[in-house]
Amino acid sequence: MSENISGKIVKVAGPVVVAEEMGGSRMYDVVRVGEENLIGEIVELHGDCASIQVYEDTVGIGPGEKVVNTGAPLSVELGPGLISSIYDGIQRPLDQLYDLQGSYIKRGSAIPGLNRETKWEFKPTIENGTKVFGGDIVGEVQESTLLLHKIMVPAGVTGTVEGLNAGSFTVEEVIGNVVGDDGNRTELKLMQKWAVRTPRMSKKRLAPNEILVTGQRVVDAFFPIAKGGTACVPGPFGTGKTVVQHQLAKWVNADVVVYVGCGERGNEMTDVLMEFPELIDPHSGEPLMKRVVLLANTSDMPVAAREASVYTGITIAEYFRDMGYSVALMADSTSRWAEAMREISTRLEEMPAEEGYPAYLGARIASFYERAGRVVCTGSPNREGALSIIGAVSPPGGDLSDSVVQATLHVVKVFWSLQGRLAQQRHFPAIDWLTSYSFYKQYLKDVFEDVDKGEEMAKMSQLSMILLEQEAELAEIVRLVGAESISAKDRMVLETCKSIREDFLHQNAFHKVDTHTSIDKQYEILKSILHLHEQGLAAIKRGVEASEIFALKVREEIARSSFIPEKELAKVAGIRDTIDVQMKALSS
Amino acid sequence: MLKEYQTVSEIYGPLMLVEGVEGAKYGEIVDIEIGDGSMRHGQILQVDRDKVMVQIFEGTEGIDAENTKVRFLGKPMEFGVSPDILGRVFDGIGKPKDGGPAVIAKKRMNINGNPINPYARNFPNQFIQTGISTIDGLNPLVRGQKLPIFSGAGLPHDEITAQLARQATVRGEGESFAVVFAAMGITFEAAQFFIDDLTDTGAIERAVMFINLANDPAIERIATPRMALTAAEYLAFEEGMQVLVILNDMTNYCEALREISAARKEVPGRRGYPGYLYTDLATIYERAGRLKGKDGSITMIPVLTMPEDDKTHPVPDLTGYITEGQIIMSRALHRKSISPPVDVLPSLSRLKDKGIGEDKTREDHADLYNQLYAAYARGKEAQELATILGEAALSPEDQKYMKFADEFEARYISQGYYENRTIEVTLDLGWELLSMFDDSELKRIDVELIKKYMPKFRK
Ligand SMILES: Nc1ncnc2c1ncn2[C@@H]1O[C@H](COP(=O)(O)OP(=O)(O)O)[C@@H](O)[C@H]1O
Ligand SMILES: [Mg+2]
Repeated sequence: MSENISGKIVKVAGPVVVAEEMGGSRMYDVVRVGEENLIGEIVELHGDCASIQVYEDTVGIGPGEKVVNTGAPLSVELGPGLISSIYDGIQRPLDQLYDLQGSYIKRGSAIPGLNRETKWEFKPTIENGTKVFGGDIVGEVQESTLLLHKIMVPAGVTGTVEGLNAGSFTVEEVIGNVVGDDGNRTELKLMQKWAVRTPRMSKKRLAPNEILVTGQRVVDAFFPIAKGGTACVPGPFGTGKTVVQHQLAKWVNADVVVYVGCGERGNEMTDVLMEFPELIDPHSGEPLMKRVVLLANTSDMPVAAREASVYTGITIAEYFRDMGYSVALMADSTSRWAEAMREISTRLEEMPAEEGYPAYLGARIASFYERAGRVVCTGSPNREGALSIIGAVSPPGGDLSDSVVQATLHVVKVFWSLQGRLAQQRHFPAIDWLTSYSFYKQYLKDVFEDVDKGEEMAKMSQLSMILLEQEAELAEIVRLVGAESISAKDRMVLETCKSIREDFLHQNAFHKVDTHTSIDKQYEILKSILHLHEQGLAAIKRGVEASEIFALKVREEIARSSFIPEKELAKVAGIRDTIDVQMKALSS
Repeated sequence: MLKEYQTVSEIYGPLMLVEGVEGAKYGEIVDIEIGDGSMRHGQILQVDRDKVMVQIFEGTEGIDAENTKVRFLGKPMEFGVSPDILGRVFDGIGKPKDGGPAVIAKKRMNINGNPINPYARNFPNQFIQTGISTIDGLNPLVRGQKLPIFSGAGLPHDEITAQLARQATVRGEGESFAVVFAAMGITFEAAQFFIDDLTDTGAIERAVMFINLANDPAIERIATPRMALTAAEYLAFEEGMQVLVILNDMTNYCEALREISAARKEVPGRRGYPGYLYTDLATIYERAGRLKGKDGSITMIPVLTMPEDDKTHPVPDLTGYITEGQIIMSRALHRKSISPPVDVLPSLSRLKDKGIGEDKTREDHADLYNQLYAAYARGKEAQELATILGEAALSPEDQKYMKFADEFEARYISQGYYENRTIEVTLDLGWELLSMFDDSELKRIDVELIKKYMPKFRK
């Protein structure tokens, strides 16, 4: 064991400290640095010399001070109490830090991730005497109104369960024992630990095959993400990356949401903290916060902890996946994570690759997104879990040739391309319909119970995309030779596309109703827009003046359809009758 | 006992290497006595066994290795605060510059500050009336927000910041207000303009200045914004004041940081700026805000000049990634003598929705700015088309929008630097300009609001 190895600092350069006499230490061991016991992690070993990234500010630390190895890698505590928490990058509860230290984060506090006093009502789901393996579910705790927390046997533990009883326990109290064939006893507790840099295991990986519904029209209908899938949102500042991430965190139909604010604004996390408890989950009617875990390592907090925050977040997410849940993780922004990596790498004097990023940037990004997926969980009962990752990327100057964007595009299956041009026109979400893509589109039809409806939605989505591409070509022609020169049919295409863009793709995140649209309502709105298109083309064929079609009153109803409450869905469908009536009235 | 070392082994750029040092700590400050007996100040950037790398705020000019004495003070850089700092002028590293007596400090604060616990923040949502229509009407500023001004060489950012300092108020509240001004590498004239302006209005009594001019040592600029924010944090969170911090010019600050990075031979990032520029800027900008349980607030207006008016240059780019919006100055409007020349379309206050509406400004505010924005965007397009094809080629519709854009620029944007408009005046002006359109064209405004506020329906 590397526990209690104790060395001396020889060098301090920003967040990186080098210590000697650390022989016997292992990579990624957590150490306590200096007289103030700052928390750090070994990231390089040369003989008995260890380079350490320190998760707290190193001002005032100097050579000669001691470094003590804790013998354990950077780990998170997993168990009841995670839900509704807000943590920093190394799982310190920020609300408790606030109670302890006040407004500013000071150094040297090691508050555990899970509260030690809270008692949880535990109910066993298996009988004593059952033979168990790692991953098996032994019981449950109703952690919040939205989350039933499954208590699992820690990985690597095998044997027969003894002394497992219902009752009220803290996370550290023994809820039962597992007795191995060799007679060795392992205590079961509500809490277990896991090293963040090691992915949690699963029995089998499966290909994602189901859409994760987000209530965001451009996402669901055009560029959907799957349960267990990966997506990225790159874009220059002010184009709506954070709003997209917040919207998904609010409305996605996942069981658990892990939101990682990685090196971004403090006020945005405050916004989440104040807003989420007030929002009601449309699926369950409960406050959204009851399924959310927040991690906030804002831009002014130490960079090494920012680097770790992404791993802390994904490990918590995997843990819920292993219970058989669908989990969605948002990371805003992965560029700040990459920059933290770069800063540490610079201080380690590693050889830089492109833009000063370390050569392993691509590999780290790939292995992060690889932790997403749909899986058969280890243990019994047999269950499937899914972990979806949605990463924001903030390229310098919005330039998509940036190393982080490129490395990310290599691995993710959905690309939502945010355009400064659209944001400036206040077209939100500023997701560019021409360059974005999703590899999961074929599963869109299965979102609907009604097979025909599903097929139709898929067709409408495809037709809309074709029209939007035509629009781009037509717009070019209009620019060159003027609007008069194109046919009435083409003008109808332009009008329909305008309607698709303004009445369907555009979605105001801050409007009470518009902020979220059920998949059924998406279907109805799109159907109305395309119905008008079809009827319009037919009318033109019979000789109706195109401008008369464009002036139809019903178009205003279409424009307002996204503001019609879900309860009045029939009204949206009813628009098509109005279209028919008004069309008939047009003379040819 | 402070040990003194005379073991300087290397001097390069703004940096110095001292050897044989015992017990040095990262980030601690040092006093440096050079051959002629004068004093300089430095800060430790790296300690490697007994070798210490020091950055010297006043620069290394005139320093020689042999006759230089270095004393390590065992503490980070500090600024002594008390209510008496109000009305005072300091240099870039916090020494009095106005000939006044030294400030008797109530306490000394580490200028690097500490990160704010996100859980401790209070969301900024109180409207600040700046009296400038393009800000109040279209990009409202709220208390605790950080809203930079992206300017360019030769554009009147000094005038607009002075106007902001003069006019910004939270309405209907008799709270104490202070201005903290940090000048980094700006000209004597620009600094004096600001000081004179504050003096004329009497606001100077409630101001604290940190002045590093263009001909002052460049490396000092690393400390200047941190000095200013330390003063601001004290006034806001210990004395309960509403503090407006102006940091001018952040581009010069970033250049100083680049100089140190180059001297350290660090791998340069874009345009030679260090890879940690984002993080470094964040530790400055994120010090703005409101805190739970505290009365005061820090609202921050960083000013920066975009080299070649390029918004994608690292300084504006990284600033925009951290701040809560940006006010962009337009050279084209400036040429048309429109002042302040705020480029409305790319400007954005990200917190605008939090500070407006029925109880804060007026119920029509949000709809109104959406409509004005949309109409102006359309009018601008028409303006551009007209310059290519000639006005005659525009459709009657486009001509109307172009006329709107012209009027909007002449009356709404252009107001000069001394007109202080109340929010009602700004809002009503918006309605008046929109009255040239048919009501049915105003699609972004609720019909009820049109009935209530459109001039023809009033009275
Ligand atoms: N879906 C949306 N609806 C309305 N406004 C939006 C939407 N998305 C973005 N915005 C506007 O754009 C601003 C910037 O969005 P944000 O997500 O913070 O950008 P980024 O994270 O890319 O810098 C927001 O403050 C808001 O005003
Ligand atoms: Mg963002």
